[in-house]
Order: sequence, then C-alpha cells, then structure tokens
Amino acid sequence: MATQQSRSAARLMMAPAVVLLMGWMLVPLIMTLFFSFKKYVPLRGDTIGNGLDWVGLQNYERFISSSSFWPSVQTTLIIVISVLLITIFLGVLLALLLDQPMWGQGVIRILVISPFFVMPTVSALVWKNMFMDPVNGILAHLWKFFGAEPIQWLSHESLPSIIMIVSWQWLPFATLILLTAIQSLDREQLEAAEMDGAQRLKRFWHIVLPHLSRAITIVILIQTIFLLSIFAEIFVTTGGAFGTKTLTYLIFQRVFDSQNIGLGSAGGVYAIILANIVAIFLMRIVGKNLDK
Amino acid sequence: MARAVTTKQKAINTAFALGVALLIFFPILWTILTSFKTEAQAINDPPIFFFFDWTLENYYAVQERSDYMKFLWNSIFIAGGSTLLGIIIAVPAAWSMAFVPSKRTKDILLWMLSTKMLPAVGVLYPIYLLFIELGLLDSRGGLAFVLMLINLPIMVWMLYTYFKEIPVDILEAARMDGASLRDEILYVLTPMAIPGIASTILLNIILAWNEAFWTLNLTAAKAAPLTQFIASYSSPEGLFFAKLSAASVMAIAPILVLGWFSQKQLVRGLTFGAVK
Repeated sequence: MATQQSRSAARLMMAPAVVLLMGWMLVPLIMTLFFSFKKYVPLRGDTIGNGLDWVGLQNYERFISSSSFWPSVQTTLIIVISVLLITIFLGVLLALLLDQPMWGQGVIRILVISPFFVMPTVSALVWKNMFMDPVNGILAHLWKFFGAEPIQWLSHESLPSIIMIVSWQWLPFATLILLTAIQSLDREQLEAAEMDGAQRLKRFWHIVLPHLSRAITIVILIQTIFLLSIFAEIFVTTGGAFGTKTLTYLIFQRVFDSQNIGLGSAGGVYAIILANIVAIFLMRIVGKNLDK
Repeated sequence: MARAVTTKQKAINTAFALGVALLIFFPILWTILTSFKTEAQAINDPPIFFFFDWTLENYYAVQERSDYMKFLWNSIFIAGGSTLLGIIIAVPAAWSMAFVPSKRTKDILLWMLSTKMLPAVGVLYPIYLLFIELGLLDSRGGLAFVLMLINLPIMVWMLYTYFKEIPVDILEAARMDGASLRDEILYVLTPMAIPGIASTILLNIILAWNEAFWTLNLTAAKAAPLTQFIASYSSPEGLFFAKLSAASVMAIAPILVLGWFSQKQLVRGLTFGAVK
C-alpha cells in the first residue's frame, strides 16, 4: 500500500502538469472576463496602460443584439448537427461493412481512416479548388457528364459545401470508434440470435444498436466539442462570407478584423458557456467509465 | 468466433468495401495524382486519371517558390517539441495517478479533461496579448508550448489508461525476488510502459502537426508551420491545381504515414480511454 512518503512523491510528480494546466485555464479566462466588461478598441486609442473604461454588461448586450449574432449561432448549430447526423449514420453503416469478413481488411481500414490525418487547411483547399471549383473541379465535370449545370458550390451552396468538407474529415473518426465498439460485441450472443431465427434487421436493432449506444454518445460529444470550434475550414474557403459565419468565426472577426477586444471577449464568454454545457455531459459519461 | 462464410460472400464483401473505401480515399488519391501532372493536364476536360506525362516539376516549383523546407522544419520542431515537452510533464503525472491513486485522482483527471473544453477562440486575444508582451509571437518555442498545453490533458489521460493496465502484483513478485526500487522501475515497469508511451507520442505528433487554430493565429513568417504554408495557397495561386496538389502532398505525407501506424491508439486517445 501507498506510504506517506510515496504519497508526497506522487503529489510532486503531478505538480507540474496541474500547475501548468491551472495557469493555462485561469490566466486567459480571467483576462477574457476582464476585457469583456471593458471598452477596449486599440484603434481608437484604448490601451491597457491608460486604463480601460468599465462598461458593465454593454459588450454582452451589443454582442447578442448584433445582426450577425443569431445567424452565426444558427450556422454553428446547422453545421454541428448536420455533420453529426451524416457522420454517425454513414459511420454505423461503414463500421458494419468493415466488420464483415473480407480480404485485405487492413488496407481498406487504412484507406477509410486516411482523411482524418489530413490537416484542415489542406482538406479545405483541396475540396475548394479541385472538387468544388465551378469550372475545373471534379464535381463540375461530373455534373456536366450527366448534362447538368455545374453548381457554384462555395458561393451558392456554401453551407452544404462546408458540411460536406467537415463530414469527410470526421467520418473516419466516427467509423473507427464505432468499428472498435462493434468488434467488442459478444459474438455468441449474435450467433444465438441468428440460430433463434432473428432477422438481420432485428439483430441489428435489438443487439448491435444498443451495444453501440455508448460509443455513439461518445462520438457525438467529442465531435461536438471539435465541431463547435472549426475554424480553418471556413478561414481558407469562404472567409465567413455567404452565410458561413459561425460563432467562432464571428468572435475571431470581432477581435482581429474590427479590433474590438471588449466585444470579442464578451463573445468569447458566450462560446465558453456553450462549450461548457456540452462538456458537462461528456464529463458525466467519461467519469462513469472511470469507476469501472 | 469464426462464422462460416462462403468464398463468394467474402469476395462480394471485399469488392463492396474496397469500392466504398476508395470513394472516401479519392480526394487524397486525386491530389496525389494531380501533383504529378502538368498544370495544363491538371485542368484537362475531361479529367485524366492515369495516362498523363508523369512529372516532378511541381515539387521543384513548390520548394523553390515557397521554401517548403523551412515550413517543414518548423512543423517538425513545433510538433516534436510540444510532444517531447508534454511527455516529460505527463509521464510523471499519469504514473503517480495510476500507481499511487488517492481519493482526488478521479477529480483531477476530470478537471484536466475539462480544460480541453475551453474553446480556443474564447481565449484567443489574451494569449495573443501575452505572446506580444513576452515576445513569443511568431516563435516556434512559444507555439510548441501552447500546443503542449492543449494536448497535455489527452497525454495524461492516454498514459493513465495504459499505466492502469500494468498489473501491480508483478511489482510485489519482483520485490519478493529481491529487486530494488531501481530494478523495479528499470526492468519491470519501464518495459511494460513503453508501448503506451510510444502510442501517446505518436498521437500527439499527429494532433500537433494538424493543429490549425493557434498555428494560423500565432505565427506569421518566421515560425510558420505547414498549416500556414498551405493556407498561403488559398488564393489566387490555388488555381494552379498541380502545384497546389504537390504542396498538399508535401504537407500531409509525413503525418499520413505516421497516422496509418497509430490508428488503433487513436481510438483510445481521442475518447479519453472510454472506447478501447
């Protein structure tokens, strides 16, 4: 059993990680909170040195009442929910497919997982130019081949385009996790159901899907955290134009384009609250898992 | 385990799965193919798949025009540096939590995870300001440090789940055989911990390599890694498909290969051990 001595040694070993993360969390958070209650527009001569004017909740009110706030929340939700639906639906199908007996499963898995390792700026640019370019893109060629008018993807169908790119990036993640979960399924149970004459669909519905529910929940929560803050995909494709401005992007623009730090910080606090609501659910699930 | 499957069924499965896999992989495949074409062939109507004049000229052009090696070196430094630093900090922490757990271990682990939920954009300006004040803006060291902090919770968690699986009984057996503490650590624990540490390193290099929020916002010319290098192709040079493709292949190739080796560990790392 652990002695007093090993306890204090353990605390010492943990200290650097705890102290660093504490600093990483608290320092910027306190600064963001501080700025959010101040008028801070460097271009108009506000500097920290001269002291910033306290404006109370004005930044919070302005951020919410701005005409781009609700559209940005809506855009964020549309992207997150659509990508979740697409990646989980296709992910379950793909995982079921990859779980079947076949040759060269290793190679096929590698092909399927690859998009996840492509850096966001590359996948966004490749899709933007080589696939969605209305003249030379592959999709334009495909449309023309079937005699249809090519689509102006990123300007006319901007939101579906972004959803497509992001889904392509995250489908491998969902598939890989769901596949791992399927492979841990008790085969004997399935075989017993098969012998009892249960139909394929029934077996899926009553045995496989309930078994996957935990993995699906985890995929939803983890992807939501990452999807709430997608940035590069919008940065290099539309730059927030054509109705693709997410909450993250709006805050980024307030801080860096219009240089309104107070307003951007208030937006940041909203984003933190939103992320925390999701986080609470994730922590519960992961926490439960720790007890096992 | 093994269900009896006819060869025919297996062949159908394989063909179908391969088709779907190729469809998903196609954007990458197409980028690789295009990188070996001339610009004219790259935008040929209809598209050419294999029968073009393979050339390496795009790769030379990209290196010459945008100094690929500098960005590559920055990426290696930032991804490698943040991972190395992270391992040095995370291994002792995970080790102590796995082998000397206290009542608060679970709370500390969950709290560490919660720092990961902080949206980057919420703290962008403070970090930016601190970077200016500390002279860290556009420096590789500063960026490596930030990426280390972002990934530290994942590292600790991943190592913790691996260390947890090392049977403690084996230590007592070693002690009975007269092993000293040094022997225990050197000959018993370390060999069992190495696979977990290796997977953690691999996953973190991938995450740091592909990180595209902080790298885009905190670097300019000097310390820019490959994420920036590619973003500089967004317009109007993006219209040169072959060169864009060559640049893309050069940016993703190293990590794609690493990723293929680490796909199993990826699940554990990214789900904080909740799915193994």
